[in-house]
Amino acid sequence: MGKIEWAMWANEQALASGLILLTGGIVGVAGQFRGWEFAAYAVAAGVFVCLLEYPRSKRAKGTSVERTGQYCFTVCVKAFGPLTRNYYVRAFLHAAICVPGGFMLATVLGCVCLGIASLIYLAAAIRGEHWEPILPRKDVRKPVAESIKNPPQNPPPRPPPEMRRKPAKELESSAYDNPIAVTDE
Amino acid sequence: MCVSGSDGGGRSPGKASAIKAGAQRPAEDAEKLQRESREEAFIMGNWFVNNWFSAIIISVWMGLNIFLFVYFYLFYQYEEEFFYTRHLLGSALAWARAPAAVLNFNCMLILLPVCRNLLSLLRGSFVRCSRTMRKQLDKNLTFHKLVAYMIALMTAVHMIAHLLNVEWYNNSRQGVYDKLSTALSNLEDDPVNKTTFLNPIRKNDIDPQQIPTYFVFTSIAGLTGVIITLALILIITSSMEVIRRSYFEVFWYTHHLFIIFFAGLVIHGIGYIVRRQEDESAEPHDPHFCYNRTEDWGRIPECPVPQFEGGPAQTWYYVLAPMIIYLCERLLRFIRYNQNVQYRKIVMRPSKVLELQLVKKGFRMDVGQYVFLNCPAISQLEWHPFTMTSAPEENFFSVHIRSAGDWTEKLIDIMQKLPEGAQGPKMGVDGPFGTASEDVFDYEVSMLVGAGIGVTPFASILKSIWYKFKDNDPNLRTRKIYFYWLCRETHAFEWFADLLKAQEKEMEDRGMGDFLTYKLFLTGWDQSHANYVMVNVDRETDVVTGLKQKTHYGRPNWDKEFEEVRKENPTSVVGTFLCGPEVLGKVLEKKCGKFSDVDPRKTKFYFNKENF
Repeated sequence: MGKIEWAMWANEQALASGLILLTGGIVGVAGQFRGWEFAAYAVAAGVFVCLLEYPRSKRAKGTSVERTGQYCFTVCVKAFGPLTRNYYVRAFLHAAICVPGGFMLATVLGCVCLGIASLIYLAAAIRGEHWEPILPRKDVRKPVAESIKNPPQNPPPRPPPEMRRKPAKELESSAYDNPIAVTDE
Repeated sequence: MCVSGSDGGGRSPGKASAIKAGAQRPAEDAEKLQRESREEAFIMGNWFVNNWFSAIIISVWMGLNIFLFVYFYLFYQYEEEFFYTRHLLGSALAWARAPAAVLNFNCMLILLPVCRNLLSLLRGSFVRCSRTMRKQLDKNLTFHKLVAYMIALMTAVHMIAHLLNVEWYNNSRQGVYDKLSTALSNLEDDPVNKTTFLNPIRKNDIDPQQIPTYFVFTSIAGLTGVIITLALILIITSSMEVIRRSYFEVFWYTHHLFIIFFAGLVIHGIGYIVRRQEDESAEPHDPHFCYNRTEDWGRIPECPVPQFEGGPAQTWYYVLAPMIIYLCERLLRFIRYNQNVQYRKIVMRPSKVLELQLVKKGFRMDVGQYVFLNCPAISQLEWHPFTMTSAPEENFFSVHIRSAGDWTEKLIDIMQKLPEGAQGPKMGVDGPFGTASEDVFDYEVSMLVGAGIGVTPFASILKSIWYKFKDNDPNLRTRKIYFYWLCRETHAFEWFADLLKAQEKEMEDRGMGDFLTYKLFLTGWDQSHANYVMVNVDRETDVVTGLKQKTHYGRPNWDKEFEEVRKENPTSVVGTFLCGPEVLGKVLEKKCGKFSDVDPRKTKFYFNKENF
């Protein structure tokens, strides 16, 4: 099972909070509740949180499961670099986003949920976790080694080892020893 | 030796041919399509053989949900006593009350599928019933999830409706609407003037925008509603597949918020704020006559001031019984936890597999059942399920534990540090609990499919068969067993190969060689391995396992295997048992459907699956 990655739960919680905030916001705007401006804000905030949280992070160990079609979101979220990578940023961002939700009943639940998500993110950040994109694994082709480009130094067929050419250091003995005496006739 | 060209395991025949179809001529294409659609209809027919009972259960459950929703919707939408309430709230009243009824019903159901001792009891009393009925008890967690989805959906509807209700009550109280709404909202609990309130929002002297929030956080119904919804949300987010599978502890501990959930649920309705007109008040005061005469209320005899009352909380009617059952369940687990368990033997098997042989007084098991183990030295609260690998005929029970996570690793660690022959740490045992494999002997022919460590329940079955043979047990209905074992590396399961070897010899000695057919599929292999096997192809025993049956390489071609079983047993009822991954389960379930015959006299495949 391994070490618990709190950010994975924080992510689920934040995504759910985004949806709840969005729902509360829609109800507030559609019903023209008192202070529906806050509901309108909640719609925007909910959408933003959902977009931010949709792409799941890569797990530190083991297989990571992507959400359906998260690839393009991953690319967008990745583009913000350290802002989206760091979970402290997320924790404070969510904490800030959720505050205006507390000013009307319809968005209170979303606000509290997002607050909880922010706390879990904080825990994750303190434990040193960070967001890592899940990208399709590219097959990294190693560049062809230099030595392969050169012709083989000692191509087959090779003589038995005891008759092989000695290393060039010992110049005297490195000359090819022909076992059969060659005589000039 | 046989290097089988596997069909990729998960690929359905339809899909495979659809890919090929693109390259074929149109005439052939049409014919193929026709054949496929016929095959599909055939599969549909067979889906029924395997699933009719679940289908009925789901339909009944869904039917009850719909009935409750519609019944309560109509009740609150048309009942005369809610005339004035509806005037303030409109149909949001009905939209809040109908989901509430469905929620009550589902909260009653949600605890039942997780009472494993209760299910065991039911299974025991269903012995005389058909196995189709009993098999449903194995799908308990699926049902638990289904009920949970319904609760989530209904909570959303209930909450949205109440958001509207509170807003509209507040508006009425502020006098934004017509004269009647204002008059109704101004009614107060007043013993002197003998009036009772209808609008529960009494506060009127703070910022109107904050009144709904103030009301929700100061009334019992509102506050408990918010708390239990939060508990529910946390429970749901932490039980998503990713969390549940990877970080079980998070899932497990968060799920215990259900205590808060149920406590809140029971007291949610005791505030008496869903108000209706009293019966006695409706006698003289006819709303249809009086609703536009608010100035005359209390002045003319036809229209006295209407009196209102709240309905009592009803949820506890529904959830009390399941809560008591669940409490008993937990109590039973606690008692079991405290019972003394002796270690008979602690064996470290090769490849980090730990075998524990345990003895507990009064413990009786059946084949393929599992127990929950709790080792307080590791964690007081965690119970982990393990399939037993011993046979009922043995005077102890054993489990094989593979190192697979924190808990198992720690356990193996503790056991390895023990001095020779010492007793292990205190171990709580809850169980045994039955799953499908105890039905193995009821089928004439059984196909057992084990993948990886999933082979453990079959250890128990095969051992038990061995004992039953020795005793010539008349209860053994099985005539033939096909056993498929898929694994990546056999050396992880050497202990199991030992067992098979002993069994093979036993059966041969008794001249029952064809009773058990087993096929081993090694899914992880490389060329050097294959070369080695090719060189040794003439040897009588397999080079990997030392068994008579040769190991196959690659995944099995299920179409071929099922066809073979069907051919060899043209009139039998075949039970297919799997303990392995979900994906394989889907494949096998499909194949069971495909190869069963609707004709009752011919071969039929029933699919059974272990639950974890």
